[in-house]
Amino acid sequence: MDADITLTVDGERRALTVDTRVTLLDALRDRLGVTSPKKGCDHGQCGTCTVLLDGRRATTCLAFAVAHDGAEITTSAGLGAGDGGVGAEPAHPLHRAFLEHDGFQCGYCTPGQICSAAGMLAEAEAGWPSAVTPDVAERPALDEAEIRERMSGNLCRCGAYPGIVAAILGVAEGRRT
Amino acid sequence: MIPFDYRRAGDAETAVAAVAGNPGAAFLGGGTNLVDHMKLGVAEPDLLVDVTRLPFDSVDPLPGGGLRIGAGVRNSDLAADERVRTRYPVLAEALLSGASGQLRNLATTGGNLLQRTRCGYFQDVTTPCNKRRPGEGCSAREGYHRYHAILGASPHCVAVHPSDLAVALTALDAVVRVRGPRDGHGERAIPAAELHRLPGEHPEWDTVLGHGDLITAVDLPPLPMAARSRYRKVRDRASYAFALVSVAAAVELTGDVIGDVRIALGGVAHKPWRATLAEAALRGRPPDRAEFRAAAEAELADAQPLRDNRFKVPMARNTIVSVLAGLTGEEPR
Repeated sequence: MDADITLTVDGERRALTVDTRVTLLDALRDRLGVTSPKKGCDHGQCGTCTVLLDGRRATTCLAFAVAHDGAEITTSAGLGAGDGGVGAEPAHPLHRAFLEHDGFQCGYCTPGQICSAAGMLAEAEAGWPSAVTPDVAERPALDEAEIRERMSGNLCRCGAYPGIVAAILGVAEGRRT
Repeated sequence: MIPFDYRRAGDAETAVAAVAGNPGAAFLGGGTNLVDHMKLGVAEPDLLVDVTRLPFDSVDPLPGGGLRIGAGVRNSDLAADERVRTRYPVLAEALLSGASGQLRNLATTGGNLLQRTRCGYFQDVTTPCNKRRPGEGCSAREGYHRYHAILGASPHCVAVHPSDLAVALTALDAVVRVRGPRDGHGERAIPAAELHRLPGEHPEWDTVLGHGDLITAVDLPPLPMAARSRYRKVRDRASYAFALVSVAAAVELTGDVIGDVRIALGGVAHKPWRATLAEAALRGRPPDRAEFRAAAEAELADAQPLRDNRFKVPMARNTIVSVLAGLTGEEPR
């Protein structure tokens, strides 16, 4: 079954016709040529397909594109665009921090890590607790343990976690000061 | 994946009628479990009725002091709700211990309750599984069953229900509101503890719901004792893993004794396991470790672990003791 849908991707409105079976990830990569989100496990376990979906981090491999008609999607490539436009690098403080702190090796998981980190920082700023917050009724303080817990949905097979945590902590501290 | 038709429901009545009228239809919530099962061939609906845009997306106060959680409220939003965090911390903790941040932003309250077991054989269509294809046999009973049931299993199925949320709701005496094809314009109420069932002869049925039944909301009772509650999940990884054993508990001290207590276990059975024997053993008793241990052992006396999950019996006992000790000031949270 085909469906006509519209997606706004990194600020650009795109209309397309998709089979209902097409995931958001495949629609982005194979239909729209947006290859910033990557396909890793394709089962919601690795986080490398993470984007900001209507402003919140979400895996795109477990979402049918047809169910997100009208959605606004920001990929890592589109994060911070506006200064230099999509592809102008390094556009966002998280991009710069990942470079500074060696937050990647092969880079395959990086766009998902960046989008997840962006969404996670917004969640923490909104006061959302996590599984390691000592008292869920209190406003959490974002430290290394909190970052590790909140980023546990993003795997890095190169094991760049120390750099990833340092990069995100750096951006979080920069925002606080 | 087989081709399917997709419809977006405008109201609950239409959604229920659309699914009820087609044996191959299914409701689509956040999709984090169903879409995966469609990729794996575990589920093969020919019609998806998307219920995520129905007006069930808020948490509202109930007369009398409880809360009504819309079935479409995302797991992340529910865990972040101030009223839930302060009045029902066990619920926020349970939600936050499940899945990942990305998945919690998608997953809905109703969908979380109706997610299916993560038994590897259920998810692998090349292996026999009575839950997926009744009569085929159970591969887990003699196979890989480290994560499987120690209570209430049957010869036909040893799977466990994977939801953390359901365990907390069971401990809290929550009530699930359902609208089905035979309910007309009304709804019926099912205690959370009775939503899921034991496998018995029919492991293919996870819950007491019928085809076309739609969860519209979950009601939390006022339950002041829930302000002192917690959820502890024991798992193989520090984060982003299903429970080996989990405990949801709330305790109310009256003077020097336990006035009231709620305990539910996850990871041990085909349904969230309300520990009524342990609760009965503890009411009116002093809050000390010997009492907690005796109560936990009473609950687990009938446990029938499998070859490779015997460790779950002492693990469940110790986790119950630890959680109750923490809640009653025996040790820090």
